[in-house]
Amino acid sequence: MAQAGAGQAILVEALTKTFGEVRALRGIDLAVPRGTVLGVLGPNGAGKTTAVRILTTLLLPDGGRAVVEGRDVVREPAAVRRVIGLSGQSAAIQEELTGKENLEIIGRLYHLSWPRARARAADLLVQFDLVDAADRQAKTYSGGMQRRLDLAASLVGQPKVLFLDEPTTGLDPRSRLGMWDVIRALAAGGTTVLLATQYLDEADELADTIVVFDHGLVIAKGTAEELKGQIGGDVLEFAVPDRGRVGDAVAAVKPLSEGEPHVDADTGMVSVGVGGRGSEALIEAVRGLDAAGVVTRGLALRRPSLDDVFLALTGHATEEDGQPGRKRRSRRQAPAPAADQNRRAS
Amino acid sequence: MTAVAAPQAAPSAPDLATRARWATIDTLTITRRNLIVWYRVPAYIFFSVVQPVIFVLLFRYVFGGAIPIQGTSYVQFLLPGIIGQTAAFASFGTAIALAQELQKGVIDRLRSMPMARSAVLAGRLVADTVRMLITILIIVAVGYLVGFRFTNGIVPAIAMIVLATVFGLAICCIAAFTGLAIGDEESVQSFGLIWLFPLTFVSSAFVPIETMPGWLQAFANNQPVTFVIGAMRSLAIGGPVTANLLKSIAWLIAIFVVFAPLAVRAYKRAA
Repeated sequence: MAQAGAGQAILVEALTKTFGEVRALRGIDLAVPRGTVLGVLGPNGAGKTTAVRILTTLLLPDGGRAVVEGRDVVREPAAVRRVIGLSGQSAAIQEELTGKENLEIIGRLYHLSWPRARARAADLLVQFDLVDAADRQAKTYSGGMQRRLDLAASLVGQPKVLFLDEPTTGLDPRSRLGMWDVIRALAAGGTTVLLATQYLDEADELADTIVVFDHGLVIAKGTAEELKGQIGGDVLEFAVPDRGRVGDAVAAVKPLSEGEPHVDADTGMVSVGVGGRGSEALIEAVRGLDAAGVVTRGLALRRPSLDDVFLALTGHATEEDGQPGRKRRSRRQAPAPAADQNRRAS
Repeated sequence: MTAVAAPQAAPSAPDLATRARWATIDTLTITRRNLIVWYRVPAYIFFSVVQPVIFVLLFRYVFGGAIPIQGTSYVQFLLPGIIGQTAAFASFGTAIALAQELQKGVIDRLRSMPMARSAVLAGRLVADTVRMLITILIIVAVGYLVGFRFTNGIVPAIAMIVLATVFGLAICCIAAFTGLAIGDEESVQSFGLIWLFPLTFVSSAFVPIETMPGWLQAFANNQPVTFVIGAMRSLAIGGPVTANLLKSIAWLIAIFVVFAPLAVRAYKRAA
């Protein structure tokens, strides 16, 4: 069995963990080749954080095995700690210390000499575009800067394997893109990354391979393209401004649908998987909606996103809250802005 | 982004001596970090000093006149009590800081690093002891301004300050455990150390125990704060010290033996 792990930065077999009544992990298997990015995708409570905490030696599993860079997390936690970096859900930095001091102290705790700790901090401040803020207390930093500093702190020890647990949660879109650039550059530099996220676009952007967690199980794995291919075909999507007519709209397009049409109650968005029938389905939808007299906005045909995959796999959207987790604050992504054009289905 | 070549963290296959050395260095690093925080936010020290100073003034000038003390003035009686209480309440900072670090994920980060596991708690306690000692010395100075005097010689005076500090450190161990076990800053603020109020007030800190109702005297006469403050008072202004000092030491050892391992366990399990 040990041989099977050669070349893998992370190897997980039948991992289980239960908190009281909650079965957070119900037998997870993972294999992450060196130098790749694994996206662990799932809603709150799916077990992502529990898996990250076990792999970073913060939590003992109930059963199964987890090996990081050939070291067992239960039997050799000290060895594992020497090769990993962790950046969690909130910025784990000391706000009263400057950016530079934060990194220097982490360097000292990695047992670098003071000159080396200073040099490493200086390098990371450059790398993470924090030079101008280096001597300011971290509490004066923006959210994006704090998260960059936190990520920099996780790299002080030059980890071979980096664990990122929702690194962009709570960030504004611009800071989010900045973090993506940083993560991409790390992966390009050969660091193995396990990226836990509930944002499908993030996994789509960054991950070589994606596993989808739901209720403590891996329910799908593959590249983003493979996963999108699983639901096959295109998605027809439109909004119904008059919420009272959503039911009529669904009834009108249901004959086109491969599965059940999905309705987002918050935004009034209806999405319908139409398989390979593409534009033909679009025309039928326009006719059907017109005949029913339903006004829609932004009727369009698009390629399936990972959101659709997630819906198809789990029957619920990623934003939906699952089991009670150890989340400290609510983190909902703002709904995507509605399509700008106004279109009548007539 | 700039590609950076940087020194590799030293991989170690540590023997006991190396580990002890690193545990000490890690503890000092964490201590240094915590002391920088206090230096940056003087409000922390300010508030831990203001409350006892107000107590000194209130009891000295408001309640003190109504509390007759056999054989000495009230301010002589009061100051060791206030210092004992100050040392105990210094633990508030320990509990809150640890709960904050837990909540912010700082402890997760540190626990995922190849540093000594004992250093986070040890560094916290060392820094808290430094802060407590500074606070105690300020209260002694304020005491001198309102008429308190050490009348038993310099060595017993120093012994009193040491005893107060060790007592405070013992309470900090309890606070470290509660802070980590509760793990939520607001709950720690509200409930974490509420037990300190009856423990310090229902003692010989502010009033002679003989003035309390009988059932309360039974508690006040047999609880550790009374022994510690009794010993401190005798060291400061004279009087029989041995019995109280021995009982204090026994209690303090018991507190360390029970709560230091509990705090370490709570740290290891912190989630």
